[in-house]
Amino acid sequence: MINQASKTAAIENPFLPEPARIVRSYHLIEGVKFFQIRIVDIEKALSFRYLPGQFVMLSILGIGEAPFSISSTPSRPGMLEFCIRDVGRVTNALFALKENSIIGIRGPYGNGFPVETMQNKNLIIISGGLGVAPLRSVLLYSLDNRDLFKDVTFLYGAKRPYEMIFRDEFLRLSKRDDVECLLTVDHDDTGTWTEKTGVVTSLFKYLAEIEPGETYAMVCGPPVMYKYVIDELLKFKIPKHQILMTLERRMKCGIGKCGHCAIDYIYTCIDGPVFSYWDVIHMRELI
Amino acid sequence: MERKLLKNTSLDEFIKMLREKDRCVIAPVRKNDRVDFEVITEGQTIAQDYVQTVQSPKHVLFPRVEELFHYEQTEDGVTLHENDLAQLPEIVLFGVRPCDTIGLKALLSFFSIDYTDALFNKRKEKTTIIALSCTTADEYCFCTSVGGDPGGISGSDILLTHLPDGDYLAEIITEKGQTIVDLAPDLFEPDQKIKKEEILAKVPKHFSGIQLAQRLAVLFDSDLWVQQSLRCLGCGACAFVCPVCACFDIQDEGNQNRGQRLRCWDSCGFSLFTLHTSGHNPREVQSQRWRQRIMHKFSYMPENQHLLGCVGCGRCARICPADMNILEHLKAIVEERQ
Repeated sequence: MINQASKTAAIENPFLPEPARIVRSYHLIEGVKFFQIRIVDIEKALSFRYLPGQFVMLSILGIGEAPFSISSTPSRPGMLEFCIRDVGRVTNALFALKENSIIGIRGPYGNGFPVETMQNKNLIIISGGLGVAPLRSVLLYSLDNRDLFKDVTFLYGAKRPYEMIFRDEFLRLSKRDDVECLLTVDHDDTGTWTEKTGVVTSLFKYLAEIEPGETYAMVCGPPVMYKYVIDELLKFKIPKHQILMTLERRMKCGIGKCGHCAIDYIYTCIDGPVFSYWDVIHMRELI
Repeated sequence: MERKLLKNTSLDEFIKMLREKDRCVIAPVRKNDRVDFEVITEGQTIAQDYVQTVQSPKHVLFPRVEELFHYEQTEDGVTLHENDLAQLPEIVLFGVRPCDTIGLKALLSFFSIDYTDALFNKRKEKTTIIALSCTTADEYCFCTSVGGDPGGISGSDILLTHLPDGDYLAEIITEKGQTIVDLAPDLFEPDQKIKKEEILAKVPKHFSGIQLAQRLAVLFDSDLWVQQSLRCLGCGACAFVCPVCACFDIQDEGNQNRGQRLRCWDSCGFSLFTLHTSGHNPREVQSQRWRQRIMHKFSYMPENQHLLGCVGCGRCARICPADMNILEHLKAIVEERQ
């Protein structure tokens, strides 16, 4: 079990949100918006510590609260970034808010990726669709701390070119020589796509030889993606406990009490959302 | 522990005196064919002849709907207000059965693991529990199978036992209990070596918690979950009457100008409980939800937290509109050969 972040501190009322300002928001693709959010109290904004892979609860008073993974990196403190799909009550309301609106935030919650354990290892980050939201955090973190890691590889698949989240950012990344960034789309119906075509697993053939014991893989994407991606990673003989995935569950409290994300004896919100493939095959109901 | 005698005729006086000393007394009250916990007001009679209340007393410490904070929009922006927990009244919870006192103790442990839930803990701190032993039981009771006892003192501050002559044996268990007795010391007389065991209800033991946990460890993929849950309506009544169930939802009530964020009881038996906004549901059928309910109470909780999620009060079986009897189901699990 990955458990690097400290447990929620014993504070009086852990349900009390901190006011935060939507500094910037714009559409990344249709139905998905990028939000930059800063805690109003500048001291608190700068001291907000988190790990890539952790999440927060965002809320709009009178509407409700929902969990969102953080897409920004803790190596750039002060501003928190999210990419959010417009699907439910809270996200509908978030999409309707203008820049400079005040929302509530509490957290961070969950274990996050074990960035310290992964130091001096190769990283392979594989994402599909909106699964890039939590993985962008660890990707940017590894680039901001490039000397702490060996080879960094980023594989990202979207259905179509105009459905690729952070497309321009990642296209620029693919020009860098300190990171292997491979982008693919299932279908190119624009005729202008310059990168690869095919599902995300089709990118594995471009990878150089991997030292499996020295490599951590991180996966997040739609449920259908996991099986195929993990099969590929196992072909490389990456140890199962070094294949990490971040899972989704309905959550309400974020502190292991409300019971919604309970699986076996664990709570996804405190013991997850990052689990290793070893955890997944040894714990029923995890996937 | 001190043993005293409280005369039948002194009980009303004792309750009256507690109320005069600003204690909020919550006790079982009969309304038609139901007995439930209510705040005792002037002239109200405490029910005596009941096996078990319909609802558990958990709402006294963990209300069905509880405000986490309220908010107000002013010209200077939004202000969040927390309720002042110091304003909570001193409560005397009277007539709780020994199974329920264990339930409240389990809730206290649960609300103190990982973080201390201020709302629950403050209420618990301000509550004195005067429990009442069981001298009668019905076919739904199975406390002895889950480590309980009709005359068990665990979790009580004072335990009363109703004697055949109408008087009460009072076992004063904690300092909190002693404080309450000290408010009216004259009402408590010396005990005359009463043998409590002979008066208590006889509740047959059907299985042990260890036996159950061992069976559950190998039954995750059994067909039994489907068979047992076929008639489950997913109404969640079992969770609402359960003294140990603590799952909750968080909902907002109000508008952008003023309102409150609430913690409301929820149930793992509801189909929406695990539903993602995307439409994906990790527990999409009722058998998976029934399995979660049983596994959580009888396998995950005891094996990991050394707590049993059930006290054998039988309320869920008495209330179930589809007549699902948890005792029968647990016996079937223990006997299941697989």
